[in-house]
Amino acid sequence: MNSGELLILMALAIPLFVAAAVYAVGRMPDVRETLTMVACIALIVIAISMAMRVGQGDPPVWIAARPLEGVELAFRLEPLGALFALMASALWGVNSLFSIGYMRGRREANQTRFYVCFALAMFGAMGVAMAGNLFTLFVFYEVLTFSTYPLVTHKGDEAARRAGRIYLAILVGCSVTLLLPGIIGVHVIAGSTDFIPGGQLAGKIAPGLAGVLLALLVFGTAKAALMPVHSWLPAAMVAPAPVSALLHAVAVVKAGVFTLLKVSAYIFGPVLISEMAVAQYLLWIAAATIVIASLVAMRKDDLKARLAWSTIGQLAYITSAALLPASAGLVAGGLHLLTHAVGKITLFMCVGAIYVASGATKVSEMRGLGRRMPIVFGCFLVAALSVTGLPPFAGMWSKFLLLTASFGSDEWITAAAMIVSSLLSLFYLAPVAIRGLLPPAKDAPPAEFIRPGGAPGLAVAPVVITALACLVLFFLADEVTAFLIPVAGGAP
Amino acid sequence: MSFLLDHLNYVAVVVLMMGGLFIVFSSGNLIKRMVGLAIFQTSTGLFYISLAKVSGGTAPIMINAASKEGQALAAELDLAYVAAHGLDGVVYSNPLPHVLILTAIVVGVSTLAVGLAIAVRLREAYGTLEADEIAALDRETPKSTGAGP
Amino acid sequence: MISFETLYAAPLELIKHAPVLLVAGPLMGACAAALAPNSRWAWMISVAASIFAAWMALCVAGEVARKGVVDYAIGGFAPPLGIAFRIDWLSAMMGLLISFISVLAALYSGHALRAEVREEKHGLFQAGFLLCQAGLLGVVSTGDAFNAFVFLEVASIGTYALVALGADRDRRALPAAFNYLIMGTIGATFFVIGVGFLYAATGTLNMADIATRLVTLSDSRAVLAGFAFIVVGLGLKAAMFPLHGWLPNAYAYAPSLIAVFLSATATKAAIYLLARFLFTVFDPGSGFAHLFLVWVLAPLGAIAAIVCSLQAVFEPELRRMLAFSSVAQVGYILLGLSIASLGGMSAGLMHLTAHSLMKAALFMALGGVAILLRARTLADFAGAGRDAPWTMAAFAIAAASLMGLPLTFGFLTKFRLIEAALSANQIWIVAVIAASSLLALIYVGRMLEALFFRTPAPGAARAAEAPLGVLVPLWILAGVSVWFGVDASLPEGLANSGALALLGARP
Repeated sequence: MNSGELLILMALAIPLFVAAAVYAVGRMPDVRETLTMVACIALIVIAISMAMRVGQGDPPVWIAARPLEGVELAFRLEPLGALFALMASALWGVNSLFSIGYMRGRREANQTRFYVCFALAMFGAMGVAMAGNLFTLFVFYEVLTFSTYPLVTHKGDEAARRAGRIYLAILVGCSVTLLLPGIIGVHVIAGSTDFIPGGQLAGKIAPGLAGVLLALLVFGTAKAALMPVHSWLPAAMVAPAPVSALLHAVAVVKAGVFTLLKVSAYIFGPVLISEMAVAQYLLWIAAATIVIASLVAMRKDDLKARLAWSTIGQLAYITSAALLPASAGLVAGGLHLLTHAVGKITLFMCVGAIYVASGATKVSEMRGLGRRMPIVFGCFLVAALSVTGLPPFAGMWSKFLLLTASFGSDEWITAAAMIVSSLLSLFYLAPVAIRGLLPPAKDAPPAEFIRPGGAPGLAVAPVVITALACLVLFFLADEVTAFLIPVAGGAP
Repeated sequence: MSFLLDHLNYVAVVVLMMGGLFIVFSSGNLIKRMVGLAIFQTSTGLFYISLAKVSGGTAPIMINAASKEGQALAAELDLAYVAAHGLDGVVYSNPLPHVLILTAIVVGVSTLAVGLAIAVRLREAYGTLEADEIAALDRETPKSTGAGP
Repeated sequence: MISFETLYAAPLELIKHAPVLLVAGPLMGACAAALAPNSRWAWMISVAASIFAAWMALCVAGEVARKGVVDYAIGGFAPPLGIAFRIDWLSAMMGLLISFISVLAALYSGHALRAEVREEKHGLFQAGFLLCQAGLLGVVSTGDAFNAFVFLEVASIGTYALVALGADRDRRALPAAFNYLIMGTIGATFFVIGVGFLYAATGTLNMADIATRLVTLSDSRAVLAGFAFIVVGLGLKAAMFPLHGWLPNAYAYAPSLIAVFLSATATKAAIYLLARFLFTVFDPGSGFAHLFLVWVLAPLGAIAAIVCSLQAVFEPELRRMLAFSSVAQVGYILLGLSIASLGGMSAGLMHLTAHSLMKAALFMALGGVAILLRARTLADFAGAGRDAPWTMAAFAIAAASLMGLPLTFGFLTKFRLIEAALSANQIWIVAVIAASSLLALIYVGRMLEALFFRTPAPGAARAAEAPLGVLVPLWILAGVSVWFGVDASLPEGLANSGALALLGARP
C-alpha cells in the first residue's frame, strides 16, 4: 500500500477507531474527551499532508473495493475535496473543544452516544470529501445522514423525535428517490461515475437528458437545502448547539453543496452546464431561495432559527456558483464553502455559549447580555460581518468572487439576489451582537446567568479561535483561490 | 353439440375442475373444502387419462403379436393403418400418463390426509369447523391462545 | 469467481452421484430424524443432513464450474424417456442458497424448537424440515417437468404440516396452515394440468426436450393453455400478487424456524421454476411469452412492490409486517426477471439471494428474542434493542439491507435493478423501485424505532439476549449481508452465470 493510499485509509480509520474507542471508554469522561481531541489533531495532520500532496500535483488515490462489476469504492483527492477535508477536520477539532465545554456545562445526558455519533459523522464527511466517484460519495453521504440522526434527536423528547423524523424523511427520501436514480443514470449513460476534470458526461449526453439528470441530482442532494427540500434544516434546530454547529458548518450542509460543486465540475463539466436550460431554471430557484430565506430569517426571534434560515440562503449562494455557466463560479463556491463554514460555526458556538450561560435562546432576550459576555458577543459580531461579506473578514472575498462570477456570466438575477440578501443579512445578524453589547438605555437589564461564571472557558475559547480565523482567512484568500483554480478547468 | 359429445371426457374434466373449485371457494365448512379440493384434483386425473387413450389402443400390457390374442386384436384394426405405421399389429394406449396420475393420486391423498389432520386440530382448538365462525373467534380474542410448549 | 474445486474434497464416487445425493441425503435424514430417540439426536441428525446437503451442493457447483452443465440420469435411464437431473449454473446457485440457509436454519432449530414446540414432536418436526429441504433441493435440480411437481408437493405438504405446528403457540396457525394448504394445492394442481397440456402437445416431459419441440409449436392452443396454467400455478406457489393471500398469515403464525426457512427458500424455489419455464422451456422472445412478461409479470411485480409495502406500513404485528414485505420483495424479483435482458435477470437473481439472506436473519432475530415474550405487535417488542443488543444489532444490519442502505448487499441489488431498468429504458420501473424503497424505509424505520428508541411499558415482559445457538447462525447471515455489501463478486458472478444459463439454454 503506497503512501497515498495509507493517508486515505488513515483519514477514514481515525474517526472510525475513535467512535469505537469512545464507546468503549464511555464511562471515563476525561479519557473519552482526550481520545476525541487526539483523534482530531491526528486527522488535521493527515488532511494537511493530503492537501499538500494535491497542491504538488501528486494526489492520493485509493481503490478500496469493487462491490460490483464496473462499480468501485474509490477515493481520489483533488483541490475541492482536499479543502473540504481540511476544513472538516480542523472544525471538528474546534467543535469538539466546544462540545466538551457545552455538554459538561449543561450536564447533558448521553454524552458517550454524542461523541460516538460525532466521530461517525466525521467518518462520513471524510468519505464524502475524498470520494473519487459518485457511488462512493453516495455511500458516505448516507453514512452522514444516519450518523447525524441520533445527534438531532439527542434530547429524546417528542419534539426532538418529530424533528428527527422530518430530518430523515426529507434527506433519505430525496436521496433514495432522486439522487440514487440520478447517479445510476449517470452510470448507465457514461459507463462510470468517476469524477473526471472536464466532466464525465461531456460529449456523451444531450443537453435535454442532461437536464433531467441535473435536476435529479440537485434536488436529490437535499443536504444542500435548495427550496423546496429545505425544511429539514430549521427542523433540526432542536438539536443541541454543538450539533447545529456541526450540521451547519462542518459536515452535513457542506457535504451537500460540496456534492453539487463536484457534480457540476466533474460529472457535467462547465461546458455542458452552460448548454443546459435546466441549469438556468435551477439558478432562478436558487436566487429565490436566497431571497426568501433572508426574508424569513429577519422575522425569526429564535436565534438558532434565524441562523438556520441564514444558512439556507448562504447554501443557495454556493448552489448558484455551481450552476453558473462560467467555471469561475466553482472557485468562488469553494472559497465560500470555507468562509461560510468558519463564520457560521462561530455564530452557532456563540449561541451555544449564550445558552449555557444564561439560558437565553431568543434575540429579544439577549439585549444587553453582551455587557456580561463581551468576548462571545464580540466574536458574534466578527462572524456576522464575515457572513455578511464586509472587510476585513474572509466572507468579503468569497462574496466578491461570487458576484464577479455572476456578473461575468450575465446572471443578473443571481447577482441581484446575492446583493439583496447581503444587505438583509446585515440587518438580521449584526444587530444581535450590537444590541447585546450596546443596548438602548431604556431596555430592561439582562437576565441573570443561570450558570455561575457565565459560559465555561472551553466553550468560549473555540469561538475566539474561529473568529480569528475569519480575520486571518481574509489575508489568505489568495492562496486558497490559487489552490482551487484547477477545479475550474484543466487537470488538477 | 356433436363436438361436445365427441369430447365428453374433456367436458367432464372441465365440470369436475370448476365444480371442485367452486366448492372450495364457496363452502364455509372446512371438510367440504377438502372434498372440493379432492374433486378438483380428480379432474386432473381424468384429464391425463384422456390424454393417454390412443384410439383403437388396448391396455398397455405387452402381448405377443403372433399369439391368438394378438392376432384377434390386430384383426380389429384397419390394415392400411397397421401397414402404414409399421406396427406389429397391436396398438397400446400410452402408459405414461397413468403412471403420472398414480403419482398425482398419491400426492392428492397425502394432501387430503394432512388437510383433515389440520381440520381435526382446528376442531379441537376452535370448537367449530365453519370458516366464518373461526374468523369471528380470531377477531374476538386477539391474544394468542395456544396449547403452550 | 471462487473456484469451487478448492472448497470440497470428496471421493470421486461421491461427486459422480452428488446431484442425487443432494436430495437423498436430507430425505434419509428425515427418516432417521423421525426415528430419533430424543430431541437432541433429532437436532444432530438434522444439522448433519443439512451439512451433507450443503457439501453435495458445493460438489455439484464445482462440477458445473468444470463442465457447464451436469446431467444425471436417475436409475441410469437416459432422457427423454427417463427422469434426469439437469444442473446448470442457475440450479447450482439455487442449490447452494437453499442448502446454506438450511444449515443455518438447522443450527437455529435447536433453540427454536425447545421454546416453541412440544418435546415429543421434535423428532417429527425435524423430519418434516428435512423433507421440505429435500423437496426444495429436488425442485431446483430436476430437469423433468412432472418430477418438479412431485418435489414441489413433497416440499409443500411438509410445509403445510410444519406451519400448523405453530398452533402450540398460537392457534391462528391452524386456519393459516389450512388456507395455505388449499391455495398451495390448487396452485400445484394447476401446474400439473399445465404440464399435462405440454405433454399433450409435445409428447415428452423432459424440460429440455419440451423446449426443443415447442419451437415449432408456439401457436398451438394446447401450449397456450399449458402456459397459462403453469404460470398461474407457480404464481400461487411463489406468492405473486394477487395470489399471495396465504403468505402473511402462514409466515406470521408458523414456528419461527419455519418462518425463517420458508421466507428464505420456499417462494424462491417456485420463482426458480417460474423462471425456468418462462425462459428455458418457453421462448421469451415468442409472442405470448413476451406479452406475458411485459403485460402481466412486470405490472403484477410492480403492484406487489407498492401495495404490499403499503400494507406492511400499516400492519401492527411485526411478523406479518415482515411477511408483507416478503411479498413486496418477491415483486421486485419478478420485476427484475420481467426485464428479459441479461442485466435484469441477473439483478432479479441477485435480489433473490439478498432477500433470502436478510429475511432469514430478520425472522431469526425476532424468534431469538420473542422466546420469552408472547410478542406480536411492535409495542410488545419495544425496547428489545437495549435488552438484547447483540441479537438486535444483527436485526438492524439485516433491516439496513432490506432498506437498501449503502454498504449492505440489499443496496447493491437495488443498484443493479435500477441500472437494468434504465438500460432497458423502463423508466417506470425505476419510479416503482424508488417509491417502494421509500415505503420500505418507512416500515423498517418504524420497526427500528420501536426496537431501539422506545421504552417498554412498565411491567411488560422484557426480551432477553438470544443464546449462542441462535446468535451464531444469525450473525453469519448478517455478516454475509455486509460482506456482500462491500464485495459482491461471488453472488454477482453466480447470478450472472445463472442468468446466462437461463437465457443460453435455448436449444
